[in-house]
Order: sequence, then C-alpha cells, then structure tokens
Amino acid sequence: MSELAQLRFRDPARAQSLTATLADRARALGRAEPVSVMHVCGSHEQAIAKFGLRAGFPPELDVIMGPGCPVCVTDVPEVDEAVALAKQGVRVATYGDMLRVPGTSLSLADAHGAGARVEVVYGVAQAVELARTTTDEIVFFASGFETTAVATAAVLLAKPPPNFSILSAHKYIPPVMEIVAEMPGTKIEGFLAAGHAATITGWGVFERFVERHRIPVVVAGFEPLDILAGLVRLVELIGEDTPRVENAFPRCVSREGNLEAQAVLWRVFEPQGGRWRGIAHVPNGNLRLRDEFAQWDARRRFDIDLAPLWDHAPAALVAQCQCGDIMAGIASPHDCGLFGRECTPDNPVGACMVSAEGTCKIWHQYGGHPDLRQIRRRA
Amino acid sequence: MRNRRFVEDRITLKYGAGGGAMRALIEQVFAAGFGDVPGGIGLSAMDDGAALPIGDRFLVITTDSHVVQPIFFPGGDIGRLAICGTVNDLAMMGATEPLGLACAAIIEDGFLRTDLERIWTSMRDACTEANTTIITGDTKVMRHGELDRIAITTTGIGLASRVVPDNGLRPGDRILVTGTVGDHGLAILATRGELALETKLVSDVAPLNTMIRRALAVGGAGVVAMKDPTRGGLASALHEMADKSGVCVVLDEPAVPVRDDVRAAGELLGIDPLIVANEGKAVIGLRPEIADAVLDAIRSHPLGRKAAIVGECIADRPGSVIVETGFGRRLLAEPEGELQPRIC
Amino acid sequence: MRSCGGTTDAELPLMCLGVPGRVVSVDGDLAQVDFWGVTKPIRLDVVDAPVAPGDYVLNHVGFAIRRIPAEDIEATLALYDELLAKSAPDDLMAADVRNELDAAGKP
Repeated sequence: MSELAQLRFRDPARAQSLTATLADRARALGRAEPVSVMHVCGSHEQAIAKFGLRAGFPPELDVIMGPGCPVCVTDVPEVDEAVALAKQGVRVATYGDMLRVPGTSLSLADAHGAGARVEVVYGVAQAVELARTTTDEIVFFASGFETTAVATAAVLLAKPPPNFSILSAHKYIPPVMEIVAEMPGTKIEGFLAAGHAATITGWGVFERFVERHRIPVVVAGFEPLDILAGLVRLVELIGEDTPRVENAFPRCVSREGNLEAQAVLWRVFEPQGGRWRGIAHVPNGNLRLRDEFAQWDARRRFDIDLAPLWDHAPAALVAQCQCGDIMAGIASPHDCGLFGRECTPDNPVGACMVSAEGTCKIWHQYGGHPDLRQIRRRA
Repeated sequence: MRNRRFVEDRITLKYGAGGGAMRALIEQVFAAGFGDVPGGIGLSAMDDGAALPIGDRFLVITTDSHVVQPIFFPGGDIGRLAICGTVNDLAMMGATEPLGLACAAIIEDGFLRTDLERIWTSMRDACTEANTTIITGDTKVMRHGELDRIAITTTGIGLASRVVPDNGLRPGDRILVTGTVGDHGLAILATRGELALETKLVSDVAPLNTMIRRALAVGGAGVVAMKDPTRGGLASALHEMADKSGVCVVLDEPAVPVRDDVRAAGELLGIDPLIVANEGKAVIGLRPEIADAVLDAIRSHPLGRKAAIVGECIADRPGSVIVETGFGRRLLAEPEGELQPRIC
Repeated sequence: MRSCGGTTDAELPLMCLGVPGRVVSVDGDLAQVDFWGVTKPIRLDVVDAPVAPGDYVLNHVGFAIRRIPAEDIEATLALYDELLAKSAPDDLMAADVRNELDAAGKP
C-alpha cells in the first residue's frame, strides 16, 4: 500500500462528500424521528470522537454506541477474581485500562496501593515473557473481545511456562447484538459491525442474526472514510428494507474470515453464558478455557477467595451509576447525574469512565457530542 | 471558568503534572498569603515566570526543577533540558537575552563522574547556543537510594522592555506554533523500556530565545500571548491561553505540523501528539495584521522552519478549544497535565 | 516493572487499535513491522497467509491478524467511489470529487 493510498482513507475531500451523501440518504428516509443505528466497538467510537465525525452527522441519524467497550462490560465478579488473586499474593498482569476498574469495592490499582503485585502489560505475550523471568506465579487478566482472545489462545498453544495462567474475562460480540435487538423499546434499525473482529470471524457470522431480526449489518473499518462509507451503506439498506449483511471493509474482511485464527480461538476457548456488566445474562457471550487447558486456567489452578472483598460495602454512588443503560444504548452520559461531577476520569465511579474506550470517558475527553455544527468562525 | 480542584491530604503524582490539580495546589497552598507584584507579574498570575518593574524595564525571573527520566535520551539530556527549559521560560515572557543562569544540582552518591561531565558539557553547549552562561550554583550529594541519580534546578534572570503575557488574546487573533509538536514527549516514552518501540524519535529540546527575539522585533505589541507547550503539550497551552484570555481557540488540526514518525508512534501507543510535552517549541498569539510577517521571521530561523499558523480565536464558547479535524469538529478536552511522570 | 502511581491512560492496552504496518523482516514466527517509521516485533502465529518483507499486515495486540494484499486497497477505494457516483446529480461536492479522482488516476 503506497503512502498515498493509506492517506486516501483519510482524504478530507472524499470524507466531506461522503458526509453530504449520508445526510442525503438519511433525509430520503423521510422519517419524523431520527433513525437509530448502533455500533458495538469502542474503537469505532474512539475514531468518531477523535475525528469529530458527529459534528457532520445529519440530525436525521442517531449513531449510538452499544456494549463495545471490553473493559466496561467485564463483570464485577470477574474484576473481584483478579483483585482477590492479587491480594492472595499472586502477581497479576493486566492491560492498563483494567487497572482502575472497580469491582465490588476495590480495583487492581487499589490492591496495588495496598501492597499487591500488579503489573501493566501491553499484551499477553509480554505477560508470558514476564513468567519466563521468574518462578513466581503470573496470572494474566485476559479481558477483551474475540480479536484479543485470539492472541491469548495463540500463546496458550505455544506452550507457556508452568507458572503462567489465564483468568479469562474474554467476551464474544455477536450474542450481545441479539440481546440489544431483542430489548423492549429498542429502536435500533441497523448495526455497524467491528472490522477487526470480522477480520477474524468473517462477515458470515452475522447472516443468521440478520435473518432472524431483519436488521441490516454493515462491517466497517476504522478510518474516517471507512466509517462514513459504512454508515452510508447502512442507511441505504434501511431505506431499501432488504436486510442483509454487507462488507464495507473488503481489504481486511471476507465471508469466512481468518480460518487459522478461528481454529486457534475455538481450540482453546468455548462459549459460555455469563453476565456482562450492566447488561445481564448474555448466552454464549463469554469465552472460557476448555478442559484440556485447565492447568493454565487460573480459576482451576487457584482457590480464589472472594469473601474478604465483600466485607467492604460498595460505594453509595455506584447505585446511581448509569453505565448499564449507557452501554445498552438507551441512555447517554448526559442522562447520568454523576457524569462530569462525582464521576470524572480522575475519580471514576463506573467502568465507562475508566476505560479509554468507555462512552463516558470518550465523551468527557472529547466533549461528548456538543452541537458544534454552528460555530461562528469570524468574530 | 474552571472548577477548583480539591487538594487531598497527600501530594500525589498528579500534583506535579502541570494541569488543574497542580494549579489548585499552587493557588491554595503555595500562593496563599503571597501578594501580587505591583506593576508586574507575581505568583498569582501563574505565568512562566515573574516580572519586577525596574525603571523603565522589567526584571524577569524564572525557576524550574528537572527530573527527566532517563537522564540521557535521544536528542538531549537532563543538562540540556535544564538550560533550555529556563532560557525558554524567560523568552516566553519577553526576556530573550538572559543575564545569567543559576544552577543547583543534587546528585546521588555513586553517580559516575563521566556522566556528570557529559551533562555539564551539554549544558555549556546549550548556553553557547542561547548566548548565556551559568553564573552561580550549588551542589549537594545525597546517599545512594535517597535520590534517583540527579536532579537539577535552574533559575534564570533577564531584562525585558515589554513583558509578553499569556492572556492577551481576543477574537480574530491568530495562533502560531513554531514547529512540529509531540517530539519530546513521544521520544521519551518510546525509550522507556516497557513500551518497547523501536523508533528514531528525537527530542526537540533547544533554546528558543534567538528565534523569539526575531518574532518580537517584527511583531512588537502585536505579539499578545506566548507559552512554551511543555507538560500537557499544545492542548494544555491552548487551554490556558483560552481560559486566561476569555476566548475560544479554534485549532486547524491538519495545519498542525507533526512528524510522520511521531504521529505513527502516537497512534500505536494511543497517545495524541497534541497532549505531550515539547521542549523546543512555542505557541504564540498574534494580531492578524502582523501574523504573516511574524511567521516569516520565525521561519527564517533554523529552529522555526516548520512554523505554521494553526488556529484563530473566536468569541463563541469562551475558554474552550475546538478542533477542526478536517472531517468534523470536536472539543479538545483539557488534559490533566502530563500523563507520564518525569517527562521533563 | 514501573509502579502504578500516576500512570493512567498512557498505558493503553492497544486492544482495539488494529493499525496496519509494513513487514521489514521475518524470522520464523516473528516479523519486524514498520508502522510509518516505528518498528515493532509482531507475532505471525495466526496470520491468514504467508508473510514476506514488503507485505502489509493488520496488527492487533502484537499479533498480525491479516495480510493485506495491495489490490484490496484499490477495491475499497473503488467501493467508496461507487457510493459517490450514486449520489444526487446536483451534489456539487460529489461532482468535484469525481472529477478529482478521474484526473488523478491510479496512485
């Protein structure tokens, strides 16, 4: 790919044109209320916020962020398990933005402050390297969706050292789309699917969803042109009322996906139902280690004692936290009374404010989506 | 205006980050009880330094401690940083010909003599570039383990016929940056072992006074605000200028000069070059009628070849910084100062 | 390892960034990949095709998840151009872009 070609995915002229086309298509739907579509990927929201795309979205379209932030949907008991292990003296390696996510009452950062050994790594491979340099037990707190789970699976298949184990909090996105589509009162008429997850799984995984719910799904990449083009197609499909899956990220996504990566993933993990933080039970939404990998499963290797964590009463503020509704796309950060006041990136209450991909964190960092359409440039 | 941040019972890292928490600490602890400087600029202004009226000019004074880690980094070292940081703070207030620098070093027992000589040579070279010298200093040695290698505090004095504030912007004014942003902060982060990036990123640490002198000679009273965007980067500097002046700054993101490799490192690490420290750049607010002339003057200097006009001030939404991304608009959130400790 | 004090979002997990880079060298299951001037070691355990220096790969948390063939870049651009071609005839902006694209030809 020439540098010029790379730059063309950020070509402002094309972007402006796609923005105009998007407005055109949305208006052509002729609705009284804005049409709602949802994306389920923190990186899509990051890109939308960073490039300020919302200032260009038409008022006839509402692009909602769903439960696509892996840190935010990691459930409280899962965080508690990691914290409990740390307090039991095990060295816990974690992605940086899980560090300050509160469990029932404590986060890994709190545990570290009280003397536990918690290390931040930028990937599972680094945690394995760490395990090779010591005889200490190293547990990797494996958060993230299917794309990230592939990396975890790959290291387990590459014979990690005996003192290494995984606490899996990995999750699988397609099942949660079902939940959102079935929620009473849901107004979502189309989904933008995450391009990188689909690179692994292929776009074929969405065909059954589309058949069942008659809602179109467009797979999109993460550059501004990718997102805008994906939204244009999605709105067009909604207008045509022919729900199907479309691939707007052909350079990386095929119908079958990356078969090698899928084989690695499903060899190591199996889907299991479980709670996503704030969303309740998602059938087949969690990824757990298969029995043959039991020796590297922290849940089976250690006797995790959660009781001491429940001695601390959770903060009263937690009861007012709206992360669950925000993640399900039925509330926005501005609807939460704590947003920007008691709950800030410095003093987060809920996971959405802790995670770099959390809706509340992104809104706080980039100014939410204040209406920046009318700014008078000349004084 | 900004909310006051509360100061808790312990000082933690965020209070040294150069952001809102640090300002609250200064307001509520350090500056409390110290009066203003009549006819000049004192502690309460929380500017880059102080200015005392002396006759028909101002004596400008600034002080900085340097604790950068690692002490030797691509493009410079703690010594060069110590000299340039102080020379630049003086220049930002309009004192572009320093009278001299005082330098206090605290050194850990066991520190290698060759490292110390290397740092001192670096400081001498930086002084030569800035046409100044170290006139006095102090030395302390602490026991091994009581201090991480070395810390250097530099104080500078200079004279200025006019003190350039950081709060003089009004709607219609232009914003100029003197070169590429994000270089220093990302170069430091890339060398810190745990981030494991192989790059050729280089700090931009340099003394700006000779370049700023040209800008002031051409722009005169049309230069209405100046800051060096160190901790918290361009974003912090713009926020402070917007807030103190009561205007909104609209930043044209595609116009902001950023090196390709700095941009790439930033994308890989998820760190925006707009919010990391710079040690060889200035942000300048200019009246529109002299903006182009000042731009030319700065570009004529070796340190200013990539200078660009990157924004303008408007009256809507005072105190905010809005970014035109080329694809839309967003509000630039005020960073909580520098995210990483010991960047400078 | 560095202590946690004061370290916040700067230690981003690189979880969803998925940035494409160019392969500089390959040694078994490990490639040195250049991301616009920054080189990182990337694992090749799960990439979908054999990878050679000069190829582009999509990276996710230190693993290559896709080898991106050059012709696929053009396919995506063509897709976007098609969208523009279908837009309203009185959309002046789209007309400008179409003209620009016609004039520019292939990179």
